[in-house]
Amino acid sequence: MNNYKIFEPIRTAVAIIIALIIAFIVILLVSDDPIGTMTILLVGPLKATRYLGNVIELFIPLAFTGVATAFLFRAKLFNLGAEGILYICGIIATVIAIKLKGYGILQAVVAIGVASVVGMLLGGIPGILKAKWNINELVVSLMFNSIFFGIGFYILNNYLRDTDQSLVASYRFVEPGKLALGNLVAGTRIHYGLILVLIVALLSYVFMFKTKWGYALRMTGANNRFAYYMGIKTFSVIVYTHLIAGFIAGMGGAVEVLGMYDRFRWGALPGLGFDGALVALLGKDHPLKALLAALFLAYLRIGADIMARSTEVPSEMIAIIQAIIILLISAERFLAKWREKQLVKEAK
Amino acid sequence: MGNIWEIIFATDFIFSVVRVTTPILLAALGAIVSDRAGVVNIGLEGIMLMAAITGVVISAQTQSAFIGLFAAVCAGILIALILGYFVLEMKSNIILGGIAVNLFASGGSVFLLYVLTGEKGTSSSLASKVVPNINIPIIKDIPIIGEIISGHNLITYIAILSVVAVYLMLNKTPMGTKIRSVGENYHAAESVGINVKKVRYIALGLSGMFAGFGGAFLSMGYVSWFSRDMSAGRGWIALAAEAMGGGNTIGTTITALIFGFAQAFANSLQGLNIPSELITIIPNVVTVLGLCIFAITKTTKVRKVKANEKNNN
Amino acid sequence: MSNCLLSLKDITKIYPNGVVANKGITMDIHEGEIHAIVGENGAGKSTLVKMIFGMEQPSLGEIRLRGEPIKIDNPQKAIDLGIGMVHQHFMLVPSFTVMQNLLLGEEPKKGVFIDNNKAMEVTKQLSEKYNLYVEPTVKIRDLTVGMKQKVEILKALYRGAKILILDEPTAVLTSQETVELFSKLQLLKEEGHTIIFISHKLKEVKEISDKVSVIRQGKFEGTYNTFDITEREISKLMVGRDIILKYDKNPPKYGENILTVKDIEYENDNKKILDKISFSVKKGEILGIAGVEGNGQNELVKLITRLMDTQKGEIRLNDTLINNMSISELRANGLSYIPEDRMTTGIAGDGSIADNILANRILEDEFTNKGLLAGNKMKTKTGELIEKYVVKCSNALQKIIDLSGGNIQKVVVARECSVDLQLLIAEQPTRGVDVGSIEFIHHQLLEMRDEGLAILLISADLNEILELCDNIIVMYEGEIVAYFDDKAKVSEEELGMYMLGLEKHSPKNIRRAFNE
Repeated sequence: MNNYKIFEPIRTAVAIIIALIIAFIVILLVSDDPIGTMTILLVGPLKATRYLGNVIELFIPLAFTGVATAFLFRAKLFNLGAEGILYICGIIATVIAIKLKGYGILQAVVAIGVASVVGMLLGGIPGILKAKWNINELVVSLMFNSIFFGIGFYILNNYLRDTDQSLVASYRFVEPGKLALGNLVAGTRIHYGLILVLIVALLSYVFMFKTKWGYALRMTGANNRFAYYMGIKTFSVIVYTHLIAGFIAGMGGAVEVLGMYDRFRWGALPGLGFDGALVALLGKDHPLKALLAALFLAYLRIGADIMARSTEVPSEMIAIIQAIIILLISAERFLAKWREKQLVKEAK
Repeated sequence: MGNIWEIIFATDFIFSVVRVTTPILLAALGAIVSDRAGVVNIGLEGIMLMAAITGVVISAQTQSAFIGLFAAVCAGILIALILGYFVLEMKSNIILGGIAVNLFASGGSVFLLYVLTGEKGTSSSLASKVVPNINIPIIKDIPIIGEIISGHNLITYIAILSVVAVYLMLNKTPMGTKIRSVGENYHAAESVGINVKKVRYIALGLSGMFAGFGGAFLSMGYVSWFSRDMSAGRGWIALAAEAMGGGNTIGTTITALIFGFAQAFANSLQGLNIPSELITIIPNVVTVLGLCIFAITKTTKVRKVKANEKNNN
Repeated sequence: MSNCLLSLKDITKIYPNGVVANKGITMDIHEGEIHAIVGENGAGKSTLVKMIFGMEQPSLGEIRLRGEPIKIDNPQKAIDLGIGMVHQHFMLVPSFTVMQNLLLGEEPKKGVFIDNNKAMEVTKQLSEKYNLYVEPTVKIRDLTVGMKQKVEILKALYRGAKILILDEPTAVLTSQETVELFSKLQLLKEEGHTIIFISHKLKEVKEISDKVSVIRQGKFEGTYNTFDITEREISKLMVGRDIILKYDKNPPKYGENILTVKDIEYENDNKKILDKISFSVKKGEILGIAGVEGNGQNELVKLITRLMDTQKGEIRLNDTLINNMSISELRANGLSYIPEDRMTTGIAGDGSIADNILANRILEDEFTNKGLLAGNKMKTKTGELIEKYVVKCSNALQKIIDLSGGNIQKVVVARECSVDLQLLIAEQPTRGVDVGSIEFIHHQLLEMRDEGLAILLISADLNEILELCDNIIVMYEGEIVAYFDDKAKVSEEELGMYMLGLEKHSPKNIRRAFNE
């Protein structure tokens, strides 16, 4: 009976271990000190409070986009649009934060609130296209990523850009040395966005597993013919799933910009939205498990950054680990034989 | 606005449409072949990227553009077959598998670049080679037509020949019949002893080959270096082109040309007084609009047929 | 024996999920005979021939061809050995032409291209040689079922089949088509082909076969010369079940009409699927729809359950027109539906038993309390239902897909029948289900009828129809061709005549099905 419950975590763990082994082989090829490099990758973040802080700081946006994507993937909607929404909502939050500079808590509340609602509306576009005309949400969401980036970057360059800065950056929206979302843990840059993302994940969990709409969403994903036959209106499920995902991704964008920066500084898509896909997948499209996945990925990322800074192996190596994890975890047959054997044993 | 018309009707603009269409078209051919076999290759974007870096690296190593091109195409095939292994043997979800390939390529290509050159942005420090442009004798001397048709990169001609080849292969050869039967009703194919898995491997391999040519064109023809994420969504646009082309070769080629046109148009607007950030989104907007128009007309057609049926009763 | 062509020795097939489909089957098939394999739905006939055609591998036992032990790993191997198969569900590519389908994988070539002229010639020759006329350039999707079957037979013959397996070939044919098929099979036999013919229609078996082998619940019951055995005897061997499905029913107590269907017509691709269907189901009545599959029953059910839009005619539930009602409204109005395709429609396989068994209740807000689902209430209800409907499982959160077919169907029945309902549509409710579950489900249906529900039962299993139903409609080619309200006067054989379109009631009698 417990077989299934044990099996899935084991499968995930094995996938991660295989990915790390392959990563080690790659490091072996490019590094003079492979063991040292691998050690930094794996335990580097534990070496300093600041590093641990970095892990949590990165965890916040990854958790936002991961939970957002978990909604979509749970309904079998392969939409990777969190990236573009994260970006443009970061811009929206910046616009508002600049206008409301000096209004204290109101600044953050309004900026995050408006950005989330805008994210929701923008996220709804591919949803409606999908629900009404069955237009491929994957391609559309990727096109929208570029479109939202283009528009956001245009706004940044033409209306927000502080020309005194050498790099691309907006005007300041907080006084130097301060951040809009404050500081939660001294000695790190962890901000109050952490609390927000935990609340969002919890509410998402409640919505997905403790409400009728969440049930309808899960059943639509599990078997949309069944859902239709049971009288679930798949049209509205697709639309509200997109709206929720857009809302969360938008909030993630605003929180990340306000929590970590004093100006908007993204000259390119930050990639946090795409990582959301990996987080959702690792977290089995479950909002709370996605938190664990986001933590894991953030840890790995910070490990890779430290590794890149102190060795000659670039942080992009993570891409290899990620790809292998995705391939293995999405592979139905991966360890299936082992499971069947276990089932037979149990039956005996 | 007069400027815009001048741009569009200039021969060098039409020339650039052909040039810009090349990688999209090649990837779209990859999309057709894989989709017709029932395993649409979502990883085209990543495959192009990996082929682009491979071409640059190998051509720099060997100082031969052709070996570089060959290696790029091989890389494309290899990645497609790895994806095939996961999808066909391990039963990975093909969409997630494709996403994995793209994530891998986006970081992996930069990783490779950094390991080999110490740089992360572009490969300008590598002395990579470029696949030559070809002037077609006689045609090159015809006014206007010569200016448009002649003088393209070799890979562009490969792309044009590939369109013909894919068309003939799918519609006139036993292999094409196998691919289409596997995609449409693989039970039927199985029942006559066709090895469905093998056919799908072949189709994915071919899609990797075409995307490989497309990627090589980007770094060894369109420009002469590799840069981070240089495929810039072309693999996705190609998938959209294939969907709108209804999976058939001619329709897809036309749609790819429309997207190429949008891109070339965006490129030539760069000189004008229009914000460059907004120009860059033109191809994406056109793609979304294209998908919408295509899907909406398709559904209304279906509705009309239904309405007619009701009236006839 | 000297001329034994194909022999099966102790063939046993056990599927990974533990289902024993065949057990110790031993059978000799001789050259040039038409050998019928008969058995009830789910007896294991299809599994057996799939093993001969290399689509499945026997777990135990041996297959010999002309005395040589052989291993048939895949269909290609079977084809190479001269074995061809015509599947129950056609294996054709709809957008391809007849010619393309015939030659698929073995097209004549000119250089690298397919030689179309040659292909045309080959097709025509083949068609002439076997006297099976087909139009080479027509697309498969434009063909009638009978024509498709001819293409399938030619497909096998083109690949050099000497042994031809036909899996329930007449299930989808009209009677004329069946007659034609049989004459073609006789011709093939005269030319030296060996034919394995699977069926559960005894009349046909008597008519066409030389030998008949009987399978019952996966076990072999012997091979007989068809000439020496009567239909009744075969039937005894086939059916002779351990549990006899016979029920003592209370006399019906009819109430007012619950479902009324009036002048329903349905067209698809300009083909009339349903024509002027009118009938009604009363409170306390089980109305059966009998018919060979594919005669419009499935479409009719989809219209009544709102899975498809009605084009013409009226469907009423308790006098309320439901033509444009949403599925959720319809369910709220007391309709429940046990769908035919349990795995693809009836359940969400990735969901838990609780997810599946409570679906309608959750969606109708039975557990919603201040916007949230009451977990404890759901747990209790799931437990109750599992117990009441005897679903064998380890716990309520187990994935439903891990249950056996019978238990999955019990979950569906529990969900659909345990809510407050007025009308139940039960479509093939016991197909592919073990005998214990069949009995259980039948008792449920009878109980519900006695409680005053209206039940519409669609089944291809005549025994089920005759045992359970109060009144019976027979459908043939999209029309109601018979209405029986006195079951004592009708036998399986008689129903069969109507199902095959050999007989038809008068319009006046048929109109009685529509009870104003």
